[in-house]
Amino acid sequence: MKLPSPPLPKFLRPTPPRPGDGNGDGADRSAGNGDGSTTTAPEPKKLDKARGAAVEGTASVVGYLDERTGMSPFLRGFLYRKTPKGNTWYYTLGSATMFAFVSQAVTGIFLAMYYTPDASRAYDSVSHLTNEVFLGELVRGMHRWGSTIMIILIFLHMARVFVFGAYKYPREINWVIGVVLLVLTLAMGFTGYLLPFDQRSFWATVVGVNINASAPVMGPYIADFLRGGAEFGAATLPRFYAIHMLLLPVLIGALIGAHLYLVSKLGTTAPPWVKGEKKNISEEAI
Amino acid sequence: MNAREKEEYLREYSILKSQGKPFFPYAVGKDSWMAVIVLMVTITMAVFLGAELGPKADPTTTTYTPRPEWYFFFLFELLRVVKPPALVLMATIGIPTICLILLLILPFIDRSPVRHPLRRPIAMISALATIVAMAYLTLVGALAGAPTEIELATAPQFEEGQEVAASAGCLACHKIGENGNTLGPPLTNVGDRLSRDAVARTLINPTAPMPRYQTLKDSNPEQFDKLVDYIASLKSEQ
Repeated sequence: MKLPSPPLPKFLRPTPPRPGDGNGDGADRSAGNGDGSTTTAPEPKKLDKARGAAVEGTASVVGYLDERTGMSPFLRGFLYRKTPKGNTWYYTLGSATMFAFVSQAVTGIFLAMYYTPDASRAYDSVSHLTNEVFLGELVRGMHRWGSTIMIILIFLHMARVFVFGAYKYPREINWVIGVVLLVLTLAMGFTGYLLPFDQRSFWATVVGVNINASAPVMGPYIADFLRGGAEFGAATLPRFYAIHMLLLPVLIGALIGAHLYLVSKLGTTAPPWVKGEKKNISEEAI
Repeated sequence: MNAREKEEYLREYSILKSQGKPFFPYAVGKDSWMAVIVLMVTITMAVFLGAELGPKADPTTTTYTPRPEWYFFFLFELLRVVKPPALVLMATIGIPTICLILLLILPFIDRSPVRHPLRRPIAMISALATIVAMAYLTLVGALAGAPTEIELATAPQFEEGQEVAASAGCLACHKIGENGNTLGPPLTNVGDRLSRDAVARTLINPTAPMPRYQTLKDSNPEQFDKLVDYIASLKSEQ
């Protein structure tokens, strides 16, 4: 199986063989004389042996795994599926959002190692984490600003999908999943804001929950559920912690999986101004 | 889209796909560069902007003005812009819910086969209007200024009271001079309407949405008196 070479910048790519070169190796030519090529002649043999062993070893590991999982058709279909013509940088916004989520998950795990979800001790644990733990402030800062970056990226991604008309047939369901992901991400921002438990976050959350409570029919019930009772109390912080740490990440992870499955099944759209070449249409007709 | 348009789209798409490049390594390469940029920006922001931690949450204070994360500014601002109490519910719950439902069912509303942005004027104009409205509300929310500053000139004997009023969070709902919000009645000329005793009574026993200032009176009666003096001194002839 031959892998396509990765997209290296120009100066790192190996020089292609030139017509008239004896052994077709650009590196030897730059050495300048014939002696260089004779002395280095045995080396490629060793290299070839090592390479052969490496390829064989990899193949046998891949073969072992494939025999037991049957993954290779799926992986081949996923990795080597063609993306339509005109694939520009706009198409990286979705994966960038997912990467921001992964970064939030990783930094969040480290923050959780030091955080105490208890109304009387939460603030002190955050203060300890920020001021005393090695790299604590950096990781907290990454988590705090990572949320801003994720929100910006998710909006840019949505704008791209909207402008390209990519929500239309056959990708309607994926748009709906995406909007749900946007709402869940905003809910992440809302529940996470309370956790440092300083004045700013506490009062902003009180107001936020009160706005929720003013909604007709379901509003008071949602507010009671969030507060863990009729008032902000000892039950509120652990509730926000559990929602922020368990409920929302699991939902977001599952929906990202569904989103990606549909993307790989339906394919990404081409920019609407890109058209297929006529020549190939006639080829298709034949 | 009818069956013919669907088929036309799928045929055109399969041609574009056959002329494209494989996902790995071309798209994966771009995605990886983007991931590196995202990580770098996150770390840069974390290093230079840090993660501030304010004073510890104190549920007994009524003197703190809430401020949400910036991406909720537009919701807060919507609440501030809409004044009549009958419409407040519309602003906080109604408009965002309607917008969200419209966003969710967008592909089922807009079913035309046209994809080029320049040939979808209605969709593009409404999207642009939404973005401009949200950006405007976010900007106004961001520029609303420190809610703890009163610029209105006052007599020297009331200056301490003015500081108490500024830090007590009155401006979160009331307007004093040019500062503050319009959720509650403006206090600029409140001295014309209420006597000093009436002001004190309102602070201790306010009408529903306003918080009680009993804790301030208990913990710091001197400050409370200065606050009452200052508010009672806000008269139109000054």
